[in-house]
Amino acid sequence: MEPRKLRVAVHKFASCDGCQLAFLNAGEALLALSERVDFVHFAELGPMDPEAEVDVAFIEGSVCTREEGDRLQRIRARSRFLISLGACATAGGLQALRNLADGEAWLNEIYPRREYLDALATATPLSEEVTVDLAIWGCPVNGEQVFQVIAELERGLTPRLPDDPLCLECKRRGAVCTLVTQGRPCLGPVTRGGCGALCPRFGRDCYGCFGPSEHPNTEALGRRFEGLGLIDAAIARRFLFINSAAPAFREAGLRWGGRPACP
Amino acid sequence: MGTYLGLLQRRHADTLIQRLRGAGYHVLGPVVQDGTIRYAPVDGFDRLPAGWVEQQAPGHYRLQKRDSPRCFSWTLGPQGLKPLTFAPEEPLWTVERRHGHGLEFHSHFPETKKQAVLGVRACDLAALALQDRHFLGGPHPDERYRRRREGLLLIAVHCHRAAPTCFCASTGDGPRAHHGFDLALSELDEGYLVEAGSEAGHALAAALPLIPPQPGQQARAEREIRHAGEAQERRLPGRDLMTALRARRDAAHWEEIGRRCLACGNCTSVCPTCFCHCHQERPHPTEDRSSHYRQWDSCFTSGHSYIHGIVIREDTALRYRQWLSHKLGEWHAQYGRSGCVGCGRCITWCPVGIDLTHETAALLAAPPDDSEACDA
Ligand code: SF4
Ligand code: SF4
Ligand code: SF4
Ligand code: SF4
Repeated sequence: MEPRKLRVAVHKFASCDGCQLAFLNAGEALLALSERVDFVHFAELGPMDPEAEVDVAFIEGSVCTREEGDRLQRIRARSRFLISLGACATAGGLQALRNLADGEAWLNEIYPRREYLDALATATPLSEEVTVDLAIWGCPVNGEQVFQVIAELERGLTPRLPDDPLCLECKRRGAVCTLVTQGRPCLGPVTRGGCGALCPRFGRDCYGCFGPSEHPNTEALGRRFEGLGLIDAAIARRFLFINSAAPAFREAGLRWGGRPACP
Repeated sequence: MGTYLGLLQRRHADTLIQRLRGAGYHVLGPVVQDGTIRYAPVDGFDRLPAGWVEQQAPGHYRLQKRDSPRCFSWTLGPQGLKPLTFAPEEPLWTVERRHGHGLEFHSHFPETKKQAVLGVRACDLAALALQDRHFLGGPHPDERYRRRREGLLLIAVHCHRAAPTCFCASTGDGPRAHHGFDLALSELDEGYLVEAGSEAGHALAAALPLIPPQPGQQARAEREIRHAGEAQERRLPGRDLMTALRARRDAAHWEEIGRRCLACGNCTSVCPTCFCHCHQERPHPTEDRSSHYRQWDSCFTSGHSYIHGIVIREDTALRYRQWLSHKLGEWHAQYGRSGCVGCGRCITWCPVGIDLTHETAALLAAPPDDSEACDA
């Protein structure tokens, strides 16, 4: 008997859709993959069955409405292995900046009729509401990591992604350090690898979109940024940019008096 | 002092690269790239960094252009020879499921490429000798390393200028290259004094338009090299620190370093003698095969001390202690010398500028532990 194919769902919450593109951008590889796994729900690809029982559920986006909170519970109940896909789902994403301000006041100021909106004052990472079996970090995620994870699950393995600091990847790729040669406030030493040191390879400092590494010494790095001439607010913004709901970055941002990136 | 075979005048310098190419070598030489100096393919001396020097300090590297014809007044870039012999990442094998016929394994080996590297420094040659010892010296030589290593032809340049981060004079590995090169050059404004260190080097020198050196040229070169050693600001407190470091396993200073260190692994990645690696399995997402990779690791990762469910070196102080006590201490037991050749790269490329010479001095300034740790 042919073994049963892995049943996979890809769900979307509050997000920009960029992480789901990791699947679509794979082109032919996605076609080959759909021979091996069943995408039972994946709106961007076509199949629609949001309530289906699945082996693996990928969820992109953070919880920003009551409806999303309820939907998350239903997905969790019907999925054997739940994966937070990308920065929003894993650590709030950009929209979680409102958690550091008065989100309710913002909603009242920005929208003429607050009562028409089912919007929460906060943006919450999935792991604060349900058990998440694996986090795939990044804004956006690295498509190779996503395929790696599916390949391992499909073979019955427990996927594990690296959480070593980006600097190691940066050096393996032969990129030249932006902090040492340009004095840029690179977050690589406290950010987990996985992106292939994308930014430093183009001469740009990492802004931490893959979230905190295994053992992040944000205090020492923040002090180094002070030495590079950054004012406190600029240091706070570095840490609070993409993954402000990740505890290590949040704490670091608050240590330097963090407020959201812009008023 | 070396035995100079003659002077290669600056206007004939390109013949060196031409002869190497003629002999089938890919020639790598120093070029200015991404704000630093790196080895890259070169087809003439006009690609080399004439007049360029670098400023190095803890956590700091900047290039500067001066008005000088010299192509080797810079000292070191971020990497020595290590990436050429010990690949940062490479597949070791692929296993494939043959339907109905079990599994099939294929090994991956690099081709031996004839590569000539121009501008290798004494410290990096000393580091290469250590890596040779590690990868090739035991009963199970590393075939991938061997193949890469075998194709190398090394053209050293003695250092006439040291960076403030250099301390090769204190480790005994520079600024003059003594062994491990095929050809060695001393650079003067007017050209290069040439020495040979191997048969291949002699053959190469014989094919160059060398002229007898002018009186005083050799003495000038020797003086500049000596000065590069004497001007070094940093040093280690001794050659063999194994006993001294073993006796300070519980020093409070490790914790103090642990608060500053990022555990980022830049020091081990740029260190030309560090050899730790880890393994990874990467199943192909859509085909029935999986590849096994090896990549550079570091004693600053959790995986490095992960054994059966626990990470032995949980905090950074312990990881830094592992790095320093292995490099400057236990290497003596393992390889008969220190693992540090004094290149100073770990100082420059540390994002927070931690300086192993200062940390070692601070550790040794503390009295030895009274525990019995010393005899372990
Ligand atoms: S550029 Fe950033 S990631 Fe790369 S080594 Fe420097 S600090 Fe680390
Ligand atoms: S270098 Fe940093 S900011 Fe850039 S893609 Fe990688 S993790 Fe994201
Ligand atoms: S320990 Fe530092 S100075 Fe010594 S060889 Fe390694 S990188 Fe160079
Ligand atoms: S000593 Fe410096 S380069 Fe090495 S791990 Fe610590 S912070 Fe990183």
